[in-house]
Amino acid sequence: MTTTIYIPRDASAISRGADQVAHAIADEAARRNADVKIVRNGSYGMFWLEPLVEVVCAAGRIAYGPVTPKDVKGLFDAGFLTGATHRLHQGIAARIPYLEKQERLTFERVGVIDPLSIDDYRAHGGGRGLARALEIGPAATTEEVVKSGLRGRGGAAFPTGIKWRTAAATVAPQKFIVCNADEGDSGTFSDRMLMEGDPLTLIEGMAIAGVAVGATQGYIYVRSEYPHAEATLNAAIEVARAAGYVGTHLLGTNAVFELEVRRGAGAYICGEETSLLESLEGKRGVVRAKPPLPAIAGLFGKPTIINNVISLASVPIILDRGAQYYSDYGMGQSKGTLAFQLAGNVKHPGLVEKAFGLTLREILYDFGGGSASGRPIRAVQVGGPLGAYIPASQFDLPLDYEAFIAKGAMVGHGGIVVFDDTVDMAQMARYALEFCAVESCGKCTPCRIGSVRGVEIMDGILAGKSDRDERVTLLRSLCDTMLNGSLCALGGMTPYPVLSALEHFPQDFEKPQTQAA
Amino acid sequence: MDEAAAATIDSAIAASKHRPGPLLPILHSIQDALGYIPAEAVPVIGQALNLTRAQVHGVVSFYPHFRRSPPGRHVVQICQAESCQAMGSTALTAHARKALGVDLHGTTADGAITLEPVYCLGNCACSPAVMVDGNDLRGHVDNAAFDAIVDACRSTR
Ligand SMILES: Cc1cc2nc3c(=O)[nH]c(=O)nc-3n(C[C@H](O)[C@H](O)[C@H](O)COP(=O)(O)O)c2cc1C
Ligand code: SF4
Ligand code: FES
Repeated sequence: MTTTIYIPRDASAISRGADQVAHAIADEAARRNADVKIVRNGSYGMFWLEPLVEVVCAAGRIAYGPVTPKDVKGLFDAGFLTGATHRLHQGIAARIPYLEKQERLTFERVGVIDPLSIDDYRAHGGGRGLARALEIGPAATTEEVVKSGLRGRGGAAFPTGIKWRTAAATVAPQKFIVCNADEGDSGTFSDRMLMEGDPLTLIEGMAIAGVAVGATQGYIYVRSEYPHAEATLNAAIEVARAAGYVGTHLLGTNAVFELEVRRGAGAYICGEETSLLESLEGKRGVVRAKPPLPAIAGLFGKPTIINNVISLASVPIILDRGAQYYSDYGMGQSKGTLAFQLAGNVKHPGLVEKAFGLTLREILYDFGGGSASGRPIRAVQVGGPLGAYIPASQFDLPLDYEAFIAKGAMVGHGGIVVFDDTVDMAQMARYALEFCAVESCGKCTPCRIGSVRGVEIMDGILAGKSDRDERVTLLRSLCDTMLNGSLCALGGMTPYPVLSALEHFPQDFEKPQTQAA
Repeated sequence: MDEAAAATIDSAIAASKHRPGPLLPILHSIQDALGYIPAEAVPVIGQALNLTRAQVHGVVSFYPHFRRSPPGRHVVQICQAESCQAMGSTALTAHARKALGVDLHGTTADGAITLEPVYCLGNCACSPAVMVDGNDLRGHVDNAAFDAIVDACRSTR
């Protein structure tokens, strides 16, 4: 009898040796004449356990991790092919509390299936959303997304259905669906995991968007730092084409949806939607002034839906199970689930998909298990490099778009980066400004010049110059100019991490004043 | 520029010229094949796409991914972003600069390695992260793991 073994093909799992482990298991099985079939699945997102190997036994999918090639012989000796106990034995993967406590909707299949198997995809509910969209038609499909309350997961949290309505109402011979897979925010990796672990869901979501607004061409703009995701997407598009989710006769109807992957080129600003469109057109990624909205005049001047990976990948389940099912999760105006990403100095980093409303403390301690170093957590940055730093005194804040905005912070793409008490928050403030200086598209002065000036101001503070108080005053006024005078959120929100560091950790800016001004 | 490079550029242009927004795909396939975008490619691309040299050059220089000169035999990128900082990437970068005797963006004297910063590799759950040659991702990289990467790079073409 053939034993099925799952070994992730997720880039992070590979970065920890998953390919070498797969080779070692295949070799050892051959040596022992063991009949095994290795399936390369996505990752569940429990990265402290990666590479996490699962063996399908009578009792279920028994997990072992983190496995190194050196462990393989011992695993065979112990009888892992029948689920035997071993130092690395983790029990049934789905029962590991970190995973069991989650509410996986968008990530329901990630880790579970072979990402490129259409049979696996269908057996786990894939494809039903597109079938329903084709059945109920464009207007009803858009209204379903509106009713679900889904808001853009790329950062700005704009209601997805409203955007679709605008594009649907704009008459044009050609419209486009663009997937923003630039995922430039540090501390985030949910887009990557979805693209590598269940790319057909994203493709299905884009096809549904095409049906809803009357667009027949889609592009997925993937950052160049994601070669694994790009390769998986390209393979998945061919699988989807053969299955009728892409091409000229969607699921046997006359609906058309073509899809192509385009690679970015290392510019953070190209995650901003208008800059991304410029880049897709083959230009410098300089931000466009709005209006016009992309939904009215976007790619090549045509109505364009541009949505984040997770926004689009959440659409199939909304169509399949209905808007109500999705909006029953969450709180207030934050409906559904968010795939939080826990990273930095944390014991159990990974992906946590939960309904909005849980607190930072629950994520950091119940899921994260506290810091990796064992030292106290001092600050977390939520929402990427433009997100505010949040001190321990605010860890009871619920993860909800409006609750965060009320505190001058943002949930954004759901990245949470943890720092222990060895962090120097003045250095982090300097870094935020440096990042802005490196990545500015150059269109507006407060961002282009202000960020460089900000780094200089911080350098003086860090060096212990005697004019610190003047420098802090200047820094505040500079942040004010950037906040109010920038065209996009790169310049406009870089002040968030800077000012939050200054507000919550002023002592870090008080270096011994040892140098003349 | 040798004939092989010229042929690479021509075929990159021919393969993508008729696609909407062809410039980035063309530049990618040239860099994938040659390791950088030779200056000589700029006017050729411009002519094929009906763009000025300045326009093509402007695009090449805007994007950090595109190189205008050949890198070392291997490119090693160390993530500088927040999650990796929280797990020691600043010290790792200092170690790398010392071990290689170069600054960020520099190439070692033997031409083996170009050291570069990168801002997030999506491997934040395994910080600090390093990318080798644009496709070989590493996680939890400490000084010893970094030295092993360097040794492997030096011993291969
Ligand atoms: C500087 C900057 C960087 C951004 N980076 C990304 C990104 O990497 N991925 C993303 O989906 N959205 C990013 N956004 C947000 C997009 O502009 C846009 O809001 C989003 O693609 C819309 O899709 P959504 O409504 O599904 O979130 C960025 C915005 C700014 C200002
Ligand atoms: S704020 Fe910065 S990145 Fe945004 S448009 Fe202005 S210069 Fe460009
Ligand atoms: S912050 Fe380093 S990989 Fe994301």
